[in-house]
Amino acid sequence: MTDDIFDNQAVSIDIPMPLVRDLRAIYTLWLRDVIRLWRDKVRLVGSLIQPLLFLFILGGGLRGRFSGGMAGSENYQQFIFPGILSMSILFTASFAGIAVVWDREVGFLKEVLVAPLSRTAVVLGKVLGGSTNSLLQALLLFALFPMFKIHVTIGQFIGAILTMFMIGLAQTAMGIALSARMSSSQGFMVLLNFIILPLYFLSGAMFPLIGLPTWLSMAVLADPLTYGVDLLRGILLGAHHFSLPIDILALGSFGSAMIFLAAKLFNMESPGL
Amino acid sequence: MIKIEKLKKIFSTSNGRRIAVNEINLSVEKGEFFALLGPNGAGKTTTISILSTILKPSQGTVTVDGLDVVKSPHLVRQKIGIIFQDPSLDDRLSASENMDFHGRLYGLSKAQRLMQSESLLKMVDLWDRRNDLVRTFSGGMRRRLEIARGLMHHPKLLILDEPTIGLDPKTRRTIWEYIHLSRKRWGMTVFLTTHYLEEADSADRVGVMDEGILVAVDTPENLKKMVGPEVLVLQTDPENLESIRSFLENRFKINDCHLDPEGEISFPLPAGEGNAINIVRTLPGNIYSMTIRKPDLDDVFIQMTGKNMSLNQENASPFHRVYRGKL
Repeated sequence: MTDDIFDNQAVSIDIPMPLVRDLRAIYTLWLRDVIRLWRDKVRLVGSLIQPLLFLFILGGGLRGRFSGGMAGSENYQQFIFPGILSMSILFTASFAGIAVVWDREVGFLKEVLVAPLSRTAVVLGKVLGGSTNSLLQALLLFALFPMFKIHVTIGQFIGAILTMFMIGLAQTAMGIALSARMSSSQGFMVLLNFIILPLYFLSGAMFPLIGLPTWLSMAVLADPLTYGVDLLRGILLGAHHFSLPIDILALGSFGSAMIFLAAKLFNMESPGL
Repeated sequence: MIKIEKLKKIFSTSNGRRIAVNEINLSVEKGEFFALLGPNGAGKTTTISILSTILKPSQGTVTVDGLDVVKSPHLVRQKIGIIFQDPSLDDRLSASENMDFHGRLYGLSKAQRLMQSESLLKMVDLWDRRNDLVRTFSGGMRRRLEIARGLMHHPKLLILDEPTIGLDPKTRRTIWEYIHLSRKRWGMTVFLTTHYLEEADSADRVGVMDEGILVAVDTPENLKKMVGPEVLVLQTDPENLESIRSFLENRFKINDCHLDPEGEISFPLPAGEGNAINIVRTLPGNIYSMTIRKPDLDDVFIQMTGKNMSLNQENASPFHRVYRGKL
């Protein structure tokens, strides 16, 4: 080993502007999440199993019990299809939070936290990476739409992608915010189960939002996923329970609030490094 | 390069407050190689976490290259490279992907990333394995990769937290070669924490830390001079240790003996011709061996704190067991 290893290399390194640096860092964090998902084919395919069970077994079993005409749909499976897409997004998006806790456990998070980027950029990179991953998985499920006699125009397709990405953003941000103060992945999974299942069951993914008892309809209104499911169902099946602006406003403000909260929490001192 | 003033860090735990770092003052010059020496739990890692902007000081100020770590953490982070005590690689990515990722986070252009990655991976002998996932790497390879990664953005200050813990001597040596090469190349300052005495020995200055307090800061030579010119080490029966200690205290006014429960006693030798023989002759009980040696940093630590730093650590100073013939 000699000095001349270094001889043909410039020692000065240009430091970019903070905003440029943060944007590059966001892209880097996003890229890492996408590469990791692509390498992990088991996760990519395995996460489709649960939604498929709901769609074909629960949906297939109950199909005969419900006559058509439910919220603009022809049958029960068609009715729950947008709900199942939302479910897939909800589960994989929240998974992004576990990935942060894992990064903390294996030490990689330190590498990111001592790099010269703002905590907000860390949060945005992770949120964009997680929501891209959940969107990719939802698109694999989305490909099943012809089986349920759903007709999708280009406009509807674009609308559905935007909606699914918005749901993904909001739910990933929630997962990241929850992960900010957690140092054990087992603890995080327990916490997540307490949150994900109520969010899913209350969202109207599996039943129409009419004729509910008062306590239940209050809880449904408080669930942010409700508006995402309603928006997606409105776009694909043409039947909104709420109006389009209310859905977008509710989902958008929940997502922004969660991103803000996550950035706030990450700006505090990190636990257990 | 580093200025630490009245730094205090308090953690609140379930059983009250714990002071990890207590009012330390320290300044490290540009280009200097500084080692912070102390046992586990002395507050070394906490100090380093504050330097690297991961933790915030409870009191006091810390500046790196004139920049306050609390007020401008991003600018400080651009200037420092850190090798952590625990691994911090993404083991699902390849070696060159880990390098590339780091280069992007520190704002290097694509050309710079490729060039740096190639020369550094060649330097740490991982160029042939650059496309393999890190999960297939051994502990020593991972460490070398972390060193290469930490140097990638040409940090002005390299912070190393127990960088060679658990590594074999050969890997330890190569890692130090890379670090010294980089110091020479762009005048990098090195701030090291360690409990390996020989690593601290090669530093320009050493800070001795114990229970959150910086008990001494000086060059290794000066610190050793504080102990005295020579240290006498005697081997006896374990049950005889206490009587020798009180004998030395009463007869020769030697108060800073260090006892090793295995039957070893060591103390700074008072100046004077033939002193060692005079002392040993009068001691009670069996003396199996005696060794006179130069003080090392472990003796400094014992003198400062009354504790043996390397006791029960696999890397106990090799100088301790020199001569074991029967007297």
